[in-house]
Amino acid sequence: MGLLGEDIVTEDGEFVINMGPQHPSTHGVLHLKIWLDGETIKRVQPHLGYIHRSIEKMSENLSYRNFIFATSRMDYLSAHINNEACALCVEKGLQIEATPRAQVIRILMAELTRLASHQLWWGCTGLDLGAVTPFFYAFREREAIMGIMEETCGARLTMNYMVPGGVMYDIHPNFQNRVKEVMKQVKDNLHEYFEILTGNVIFENRTKGVGYISAEDAISYGCTGPVARASGVSCDIRKWFPYEGYDKVQFDEILDTGGDCYARYMVRMKEMLQSVSIIEQLIDNIPEGDFQAKTKNVIKLPKGEFYQRVETARGELGVFIVSDGAASPYRIKYRSPNFSNLSAIEHMAKGAKIGDLIAIMATLDLVIPDIDR
Amino acid sequence: MTNEEIKLFISAHIPAAIYEETGEFLNAIIPSEELLPIMKEMRSNRDLNFDYLFCLTCIDWKDHLMMVYHLTSKKHKHTLVIKAKITDVNDPKIETVSGIWKTAIFHEREVYDLFGVTFLNHPDLRRLFLMDDWEGWPLRKNYVDENMIEI
Amino acid sequence: MDVSEKLIFPGQKHETADGGILITKLDDAINWARANSLWPLVFGTSCCAIEMMSAADAKYDWSRFGFEVARATPRQADLIIVAGTIVMKMAPVLKRLYDQMADPKYVIAMGACTISGGPFFYNTYSVVKGVDHVIPVDVYVPGCPPRPEALLHGMIALQEKIKNETYFGKKTKEAK
Repeated sequence: MGLLGEDIVTEDGEFVINMGPQHPSTHGVLHLKIWLDGETIKRVQPHLGYIHRSIEKMSENLSYRNFIFATSRMDYLSAHINNEACALCVEKGLQIEATPRAQVIRILMAELTRLASHQLWWGCTGLDLGAVTPFFYAFREREAIMGIMEETCGARLTMNYMVPGGVMYDIHPNFQNRVKEVMKQVKDNLHEYFEILTGNVIFENRTKGVGYISAEDAISYGCTGPVARASGVSCDIRKWFPYEGYDKVQFDEILDTGGDCYARYMVRMKEMLQSVSIIEQLIDNIPEGDFQAKTKNVIKLPKGEFYQRVETARGELGVFIVSDGAASPYRIKYRSPNFSNLSAIEHMAKGAKIGDLIAIMATLDLVIPDIDR
Repeated sequence: MTNEEIKLFISAHIPAAIYEETGEFLNAIIPSEELLPIMKEMRSNRDLNFDYLFCLTCIDWKDHLMMVYHLTSKKHKHTLVIKAKITDVNDPKIETVSGIWKTAIFHEREVYDLFGVTFLNHPDLRRLFLMDDWEGWPLRKNYVDENMIEI
Repeated sequence: MDVSEKLIFPGQKHETADGGILITKLDDAINWARANSLWPLVFGTSCCAIEMMSAADAKYDWSRFGFEVARATPRQADLIIVAGTIVMKMAPVLKRLYDQMADPKYVIAMGACTISGGPFFYNTYSVVKGVDHVIPVDVYVPGCPPRPEALLHGMIALQEKIKNETYFGKKTKEAK
């Protein structure tokens, strides 16, 4: 009998195994039920909810200032960008904008987060596919970025730095110098990332042609972020619906047409360089002025519905606030990028070998609390 | 297509449709029974071509439930919000759109799990986040849970 | 007591002509071995798991204290670091993992969520308000999430606790 109390061999002779909720390569507590014919995957069924923390229900009782903190615990690797999405959505309701200084600080922080997130993903992809060294290389740079975050925001992981109207504190006096140092370190060391993993024969064999998804399917499944861009779907919110002045900086949307694990890997690797380029454009051009626009102590949004989409490290995050005029939201819905990306896993894994599933999950870059919320 | 053209198109199919344009997107409120044909038309019509359903959720307004579908077209770059009003709150039912957009399979399961909306003809309608024996629909406004500590 | 003194083998050394004899208590020898080779289970549910990974990286490097052999299966692990919120659906799974571990086994509750539900205490319908409702906890590490140094401190505190155990009966020295 399996975990769910069902037979482990079906009538068709398919073998049913449960992967997770406790499994090192599910990046948390994802539970996949897999039907196998020998080693070939016939069906994959994700079972969710092992970290469903009822954030949406909780937020209905919190004020518009307070509900933001919970989002940094959703996709904790893009904590800044999640906070930013909420702050932007509240600003949209109030019809105000963050101050110019705050906007630039927000972009800088968001890109640093994206960089740190992609580095952690790269290290974990290495771990999942049997290479331990990438983990240590990636964390070398990641820790440097975490140090910058800590200096300015006071926290390493769940910063809670964005508030409606701007950012919570001004940047640390040392911020610009330190960012420049770290950017130099990242650029100097990025070639090591490619040398150690990208050209590796074992790595290429395990990722090339594995987990293919076409552009039409990617759109139909609602895939966003590097997953969709690796299939050739242009979906970068920073380009399509620019927020915070992303239209004023120069960067490329990385697209690939491979649609497989290797393409998803390459898209993320190239995105790191784009993030570095955005940071370098802005780091010397932070405008002077207030870091926070003046807002009332108790924020009340007018009656109505507000939707804000941002590009996190994993794709499109949507924040949907329904307000009835009170001091707390009537309903909040988070459209999480991982949730839709995960729904395509059955399509990608069907017909592949069970070992390929690890590569597929690694390159989907799942963060489970963001799926379950 | 501009918002006016989309409005004309929907009104031709559903005369009872109501429009809201105060927010960022054009909202079209339709009765829940007429959802599926218009959605099929939205997806397959060449001039509309709403191929990307980026958000699907539900709002509990106590006397009725409102299904909200955020649609956009990758080709034409226009966005539309379709709202389907479900008046029967005790036994809410609506047609599934998972045959049109595959992302709806998961999103509709989430809505079923948290709001108790039954999606007719859904391929795999089960609880998504909560245990199968969970009682009640947590995101409904009338949900009571004795284990929940309220402030 | 300074650190270097703590790390040496507990007991007395008697020099003899061709080497030496080491006299110690069985309890002390077992505890010494046990405390310095705790194998944690790779178990993380949310944000705290990332800080746990940071504790394993080269900057914080928990292998200095003998924790680096992280095991993917509970049957080979001595220690479960509960890193992240436990919800009602996960609670039976956690209990099952704990039951699968061989004695002696230890639990560290890492982060506010595992201590009390933390930020998800009020108005949530699915969060277990403290992991000690499910399994017994040895060391609590507060923080949201705790820094890697805090986790290391918690793990060293656990080592101290193990060093005070008695092998037969598993009572601490203070309890006697």
